Amino acid sequence: MTRIYLDHNATTPTHPEVVKAMLPYYEKIYGNASSIHQFGQEARKAVDEAREKVASFIGAKPEEIVFTSGGTEADNFAIKGVAYKNEKKGRDPLNRACSGSGHIITSSIEHHAVLNPCKYLEEKGFKVTYLPVNEYGVVNLADINKAIISETILITIMHANNEVGTIEPIEEIGKMAKEKGIIFHTDAVQSVGKLKVNAGELNVDLLSLSGHKIYGPKGIGALYIRKGTKIEPLILGGHHERNKRAGTENVPGIVGFGRAIEIASQDMQKENKKIVNLRDKLWNGLRQKIDSIQLNGHPEKRTPNTLNVSFKFIEGESIILNLDLQGVAVSSGSACTSGLLESSHVLKAMGVDPATAQGSVRFSLGRDNTEEDIDYVLQVLPDIVSRLREMSPLYRKN
Amino acid sequence: MRYSEKVMEHFKNPRNVGEIKDADGIGHVGNPVCGDIMELYIKVKDNVIVDAKFKTFGCGAAVATSSMVTELVKGKTVDEALTLSNKAVAEALGGLPQIKMHCSMLAEEALKSAIDDYLKKKPAKIGEARRKK
Repeated sequence: MTRIYLDHNATTPTHPEVVKAMLPYYEKIYGNASSIHQFGQEARKAVDEAREKVASFIGAKPEEIVFTSGGTEADNFAIKGVAYKNEKKGRDPLNRACSGSGHIITSSIEHHAVLNPCKYLEEKGFKVTYLPVNEYGVVNLADINKAIISETILITIMHANNEVGTIEPIEEIGKMAKEKGIIFHTDAVQSVGKLKVNAGELNVDLLSLSGHKIYGPKGIGALYIRKGTKIEPLILGGHHERNKRAGTENVPGIVGFGRAIEIASQDMQKENKKIVNLRDKLWNGLRQKIDSIQLNGHPEKRTPNTLNVSFKFIEGESIILNLDLQGVAVSSGSACTSGLLESSHVLKAMGVDPATAQGSVRFSLGRDNTEEDIDYVLQVLPDIVSRLREMSPLYRKN
Repeated sequence: MRYSEKVMEHFKNPRNVGEIKDADGIGHVGNPVCGDIMELYIKVKDNVIVDAKFKTFGCGAAVATSSMVTELVKGKTVDEALTLSNKAVAEALGGLPQIKMHCSMLAEEALKSAIDDYLKKKPAKIGEARRKK
């Protein structure tokens, strides 16, 4: 049976080279990287090398990289860590009871790994501003400027959106944050490996990365912490990761992450060129074959592999189930697939009407996809859409 | 979350899709914000539902429950149909994932709404049906 994977923003297959690099660290070099004996020192060496690879990829120093269990932990670490460390900023020292505990600015289209820590901190007394976005999902610099108050301790805006791929003006936001002396974090989980990500050029203090989105293993990620950034550790224990993240290092994961990022740095440009062509072929084909569809996200400023399309009058889960029956894996922003019974918060923030948001499908391509894959999707999808529309009470009325 | 084989079977081959032009009752429930919209058409003869068809905008569970409810009510009297619960529809489908149980509620509501519409259109039948309920 045909099996076509177009859900790379959810996760990617682990690159064979990555698996190969990891295996010795399960079988032979299993030492604890904190141990002084040879077993430990061999593991330590591998961790240090991987750290250098990750650091050099984003133009950072190795000591500015802290390995975490993934992107979600990196986001939690950045947000809670900065909040707890800086909560007294702007607080009147003589009137502790009445003053706020610090203010955070984020956007309404962040991943839940950012939104939920922000909501959690709100419950703990922090103030949070959730910025709106325009129809393409882009935040407005003027809105950020307006939102900044003397208590603002953190701005956290994602580099690229996971659902629609839209790229945010991180460099400019970073400049603004720097001028005002506010710590700036970006969740770069969706941009690393797809766009150029340089911590210095982006003017960020904190940047989250994930392994499994770039053909690396699951369960590993990192937080870049610019030297001098005031942040508290989340996980306490031993003196690992320069006292910033306790717990025995996930050596095979770290090695795999390092190898994955090395492969990304070598292949990214070439792969992107191929992927963007396939993506545009898919969009052009869909537009030719199916009426009443709409592209969600920025037409140009978005990650090269992401195509989010709303098929009007029908519902997303029905589309993805039908595609799955034909061997094609995609995802949807429909309420029914979220587990929350709420359609995509991203599309909602972009002003997409609820019925159209329900009919959204995200195609996210990867390095192994081929022309044939796209031809196949273009062959099976029009029939699925017309069959579902035949069944839809919304279609007849239009 | 996983659908039962029966749900997938009804999703793949939904029964009774469409409209009934001269329907005796039409039920219209749901909204796009919650995710599902169902339209249910019934044809009634001598107080027996002789035909039922549906149109649904919704997920796999919504399509499958629509299909199943139309199957289950055919041949039933109006009064029998009124006692059909969402649980019975879900059970007939081999169960639904917990978070999808609300879809079966919608199917039950669509059926009740279609019967209500039928009863409204046939004032003479109201007393009869109510008495039996």
